[in-house]
Formats: sequence, structure tokens, C-alpha cells
Amino acid sequence: MEHSASPEVTFHHEAGGDEFVKKIIKTTVLLSIITMIELGLGLAMYAFPMAAVLKLFIKGVIVILSLAKAFYIVGIFMHLGDEIKNLIMTICVPLMLFIWFIAAFLMDGNSWKNLRNSRGKLITPVEQHSPAAKGNH
Amino acid sequence: MQTKWWSGGKSPFNVEYGKLMMWYFLMSDAFTFGAFLISYGTIRFSQNYWPDPNVVFNALPFTGHANLPLAFVSLMTFILIVSSVTMVLAVHAGHKNDKQGVIKWMIWTIIGGFAFLGCQAWEWTHLITGDHAVLIKGQIEHIGTTVTMNPWGPAAEVASHDGHHIGTTGPVAFGGYFFGITGFHGFHVFSGVIINIVMLVMAINGTFERKGHYMMIEKAGLYWHFVDLVWVFVFLCFYLI
Repeated sequence: MEHSASPEVTFHHEAGGDEFVKKIIKTTVLLSIITMIELGLGLAMYAFPMAAVLKLFIKGVIVILSLAKAFYIVGIFMHLGDEIKNLIMTICVPLMLFIWFIAAFLMDGNSWKNLRNSRGKLITPVEQHSPAAKGNH
Repeated sequence: MQTKWWSGGKSPFNVEYGKLMMWYFLMSDAFTFGAFLISYGTIRFSQNYWPDPNVVFNALPFTGHANLPLAFVSLMTFILIVSSVTMVLAVHAGHKNDKQGVIKWMIWTIIGGFAFLGCQAWEWTHLITGDHAVLIKGQIEHIGTTVTMNPWGPAAEVASHDGHHIGTTGPVAFGGYFFGITGFHGFHVFSGVIINIVMLVMAINGTFERKGHYMMIEKAGLYWHFVDLVWVFVFLCFYLI
């Protein structure tokens, strides 16, 4: 192709033309709608008093919606979806580390809180019976 | 002159060297931001109380003291999404070797970047200088949000001020994480704007025209979209949940 930066590169993914612009507009509308839903949920948590469990559930929904936004930005705007599979894998596989990273650290923070809150309560002395004392009765 | 970056003579992923390296840089940057946000999450999970973002971020310029939770940050999010779109269109114009198109869309992207930075400057100023009455060691004091202190704690049990319940100081880490992470993101936006300005000047001077391709715009575009991507998560962690 004439506008390749290097003769080594033979692969061209872009469809070009109005079809691509249509795809961009569609993605933009989608991102805006998802953002508005997120904001609506965020405001709902503020406006209506609700149970902690429900609040946690809504927060989970917002996290999933954000991941969807990330998917569209990376896949469409950054064209990662149009690259060849091996390139996609070298980007996405290392990011799997985040699964451990997030889970381990948030659990650690939570445990820190629990330990601090229960300080002085867990070490209340349990009544001790020595075997020797038991035998005497 | 042709530089052979790939010693095999063939690109392993069939992309330009610089573009692949930009992807790897962005992946490492994702880990940097990830580490910051996870650190914030860890501290937040370790606290019994954390400020409600709807209460902290409720101001909008030119509306005085109206309670408008998340309105301003929605505007910032929208600005960044739009500037991402104009960047895609600049890259698209580059693929068609359309110099005027590239120049036009790069100018819009740069304007979007400056608009976002302006919004962030306003928000920071508002947080730092906007003071609230809080109870500190039995005394009522007026403090703003800084890295050492903030007024976003739970309501004080006894004291009331002009008939209102007044607050206490919030978790110390709140200000540090907020200014640290949004500041690091803002620094990325700022450097992105500088890169985009350099790209605009090169496009106007016809550098890419002489090269025969607009690959540089594509690489700058990757960086700019990444900035938008990070904002999705900053927005999520600080403002929504």
C-alpha cells in the first residue's frame, strides 16, 4: 500500500470511507448513553436511601458498565479490535494480572479494617481449664 | 532512507514498530494508573467512613451554592469523549492523506484538551479554597480540601452551627489520593495536548505530506485515547462509586 510507513507492513485494517465514520458516531452515542446511565445510577444512590446490599449491587453494575466503555474505547477508537490476534493477546494477557492485583489488595484493605475494628475484642480471655485442675474434681 | 527496525525483515504483528511500542508503553502506563487506583481502593476499604462523592463534588461554575451533584464532572467526561472522537476523525483523515482534515480535527482535539484542563483547574481551585465549618478538637474551624486535611467527615454528634449539624474532618487519605491521581491524569492530558500541538505544527508544515503517511498522528491518537480510557476509571473510582 502506498501510505505504509514501512515496506514490512502489508496488513491494512481500515475499511475507510463513510462506513468507518458511521461506526465512530455509533460508538460515541453508545459511550454517551452508558455514561448517562452510570450518572443516573450514581445519583440514584444519593437521592434515594437504600439498603447497603442494594448500593453494593448498583456499584457493581456501574463497574461493569465502565468496563464496557473501556472495551469500546480500546476496541473501536484505538483499533485494537482490528489488529491481528497475536498483538491483541500480548496486550490483554499481561493485563490479567489486574484480577489478582485488585482482589488481593482490596481484600487486604478490608481485613485491615476488620482487624482494627475488632482490636481488643478478639483477645478477650477464654476461660482456661488446666487438665490437672480437671482431674482433681 | 529506510530504517530496518525489525531485524527479521518482517513485522511480527504486521504493524509499524513505533505503533507497537506505543501499545506496550500504554500497557505499562495502565499498570501505573492501576497501581494508584488500587492503592486508593485498599485505603478506602480499610476505612469505616469514606466521603460520599455526591456531597463533595456538587458545584458547577456560575451557579453559586446550588447543590448539583456530579454535574460538572459529567461535563468534563463529555468534553473528553468528544475530544477522543475528534482525534479518531483526525487519524481517519490521516489515512486518507487529507491534510486539511487532519489540521481541522487536530485543532478541535487540542481545544477539547484545553477545555478539560480548564475544568480541572476550576475544580481543584474550588475544592482547595471552598471552606466548610468542621469541628476540630472542640473548636469550629473553616477548612478546605487539601492533601493533609478535608472537611468531608461524618456529622459531629453534638455540635450544631446556626442550627445545622456541622461535620468533622474526613479521612486524611482522601485529599492526597484525589489530588494525586487526578493530578497525574491531568499531567497526562497536558502532555497529550503538547504532543497534539507538535503534531498539528508538523501537519501544517507538511512534514507528514513529505513522508507520505500520517502514522505519527495515529500514535499520538493512541496516547490521547488512553488518556480518555484512564479517565473512565478515575471517574468511576472517585466520582461514581
